[in-house]
Amino acid sequence: MLHFNLGYSYKNNAPVSTLIFQRLPKTLVLLGLSTTFALLVAIPLGILQVVKRNTIVDYAATGVSFVLYAAPSFLIGLLLILYFAVDLRWFPVAAPSASTVGGILADPRGLVLPVLTLAAVTVASFSRYMRSSMMDVMTQDFIRTARAKGASSRRVLYGHALRNAMISIITLLGLSIPSIVGGAVVTETVFNYPGMGLLTYNAALNLDVPLLIGTTFVASLAVVIGSFVADVLYAVVDPRIRYGSR
Amino acid sequence: MAPADPFVAPTAGELPVAQGVTGGAFPEPMAPGGEARSSGSQLRQIARTFIENKLAVAGFVVLVLMVLFCWVGPVFYHTNQTNTQTALLNSTQNAPPSGTNPLGTDESGFDILGRLMFGGQNSLMIGFAAAGVATVLGVIWGAVSGYFGGVVDSVMMRIVDVFLSVPYIFLLVTLTVIFQSSVGLLIIVIGAVAWLVPARLVRGETLTLRVREYVQAVRVMGGTGRRVVFRHIIPNAVGTIVVNATFQVADAILALAALGFLGLGVPAPQTDWGSMLADGVNVVTDGYWWEIYPVAIAIILVVVALNFIGDALRDAFEVRLQRR
Repeated sequence: MLHFNLGYSYKNNAPVSTLIFQRLPKTLVLLGLSTTFALLVAIPLGILQVVKRNTIVDYAATGVSFVLYAAPSFLIGLLLILYFAVDLRWFPVAAPSASTVGGILADPRGLVLPVLTLAAVTVASFSRYMRSSMMDVMTQDFIRTARAKGASSRRVLYGHALRNAMISIITLLGLSIPSIVGGAVVTETVFNYPGMGLLTYNAALNLDVPLLIGTTFVASLAVVIGSFVADVLYAVVDPRIRYGSR
Repeated sequence: MAPADPFVAPTAGELPVAQGVTGGAFPEPMAPGGEARSSGSQLRQIARTFIENKLAVAGFVVLVLMVLFCWVGPVFYHTNQTNTQTALLNSTQNAPPSGTNPLGTDESGFDILGRLMFGGQNSLMIGFAAAGVATVLGVIWGAVSGYFGGVVDSVMMRIVDVFLSVPYIFLLVTLTVIFQSSVGLLIIVIGAVAWLVPARLVRGETLTLRVREYVQAVRVMGGTGRRVVFRHIIPNAVGTIVVNATFQVADAILALAALGFLGLGVPAPQTDWGSMLADGVNVVTDGYWWEIYPVAIAIILVVVALNFIGDALRDAFEVRLQRR
């Protein structure tokens, strides 16, 4: 295990580790892009909902995020394909199938729909969480203090409330990493994106157990590393948390 | 309606001189009314908070209607859903909605409205049963781990951490591939993957409950560990457990849908909503919308309804906790 000797895939006639390391970078590209995108959408959306709380904007955003959360992600992916690729022809139907990371990044249009699909659930849960944690923070005493000392509402919102709400968002990010990585299986299968997820799906179809166990192992490893990165991000956002000796 | 609050000290003018020495400003903790709140009135309190939440009531109504639709519907609306050959003989494939087939037929010639009920039975049953398995397993694991503490707790929680680091869909795919997929297996597999969250939640609750006076009292009186866990700790963590179980059902239905898409759902000619949707999206480019939208709406409705119910229950139980 520690030598990454994960066995031999007889169905593919190649060592499991070789197959996985060919595919892993492409999945990491997809995961990275979609998580970044999800955070960039969900955090402003949550703030917007707090600023415009109990207005039509707030209710509409809550409604949309509930539906996005409740819809199976393969349905979202296929509807995106149907409307934006087949009907409107804005984006290609199939994801980039180049064998290298550079080749995939060279075709950004093909990446749009898979990234959106994988980000949909994350946006939904993160924006809901962002809204409720911002609401929590806004009722606390230090916000009133900040207002009382004459800080502008913009400064209160971004300087005081956001930094504190970010802490719980990073906790959620750490906890959601397994489901984001898992979502890659469905998303890659929908778009025929040649990453780890599609490899897992094909292994399941072919009853290729060594390969299945190998991809599961590497996915778990990715989760552990991701959770570690989230822990490090804590220290970046919250100066009260310091690791190691002071 | 509300009884006089024993915790509010009477104002000086009202204070009878005779009581001034012991009562008044220092009410005893077990003042009348304080202990009289039985579990019956607590339940009523929770129910009242729940009913005040319009979304939750709507969610509950949707869920009940959906259960009736799936189980009572077939009594009135007979369709063939198991025999592929008669389905092919008696009706057209991929027929649009019409008088005989209100929601059309799928690519095997099965009536979609009937199949929606038939598949819904499996989806809802697997969802509820898997959530039940996950909750029972997680609650016992978490309560035992938190109650005994020390090395037992460390070992049991590290096991949970190890499983939590495996993305659940990989585990689901691997397990359903190794064992042949069936309704019973799907319940066990989804339950076996989902028990980690209740285990952690209940362990956290247990850590705070085990140091309470009444738990200590049971131990002093010679109560066994099993008695403490099952009669005192688990009943007191019931709010956390019920709220989490509600979300577990929603997540189990979505997990089943994802498995259905990967071709690992309930095997044909049986079906579930996920497999139906997966069949539908295969022919989506042909414009057979009736094979996607009804079942998609069914899944979304049920999952949203369960989330509304869970949110409201959380609020209801938290109110109880605050007032205690």
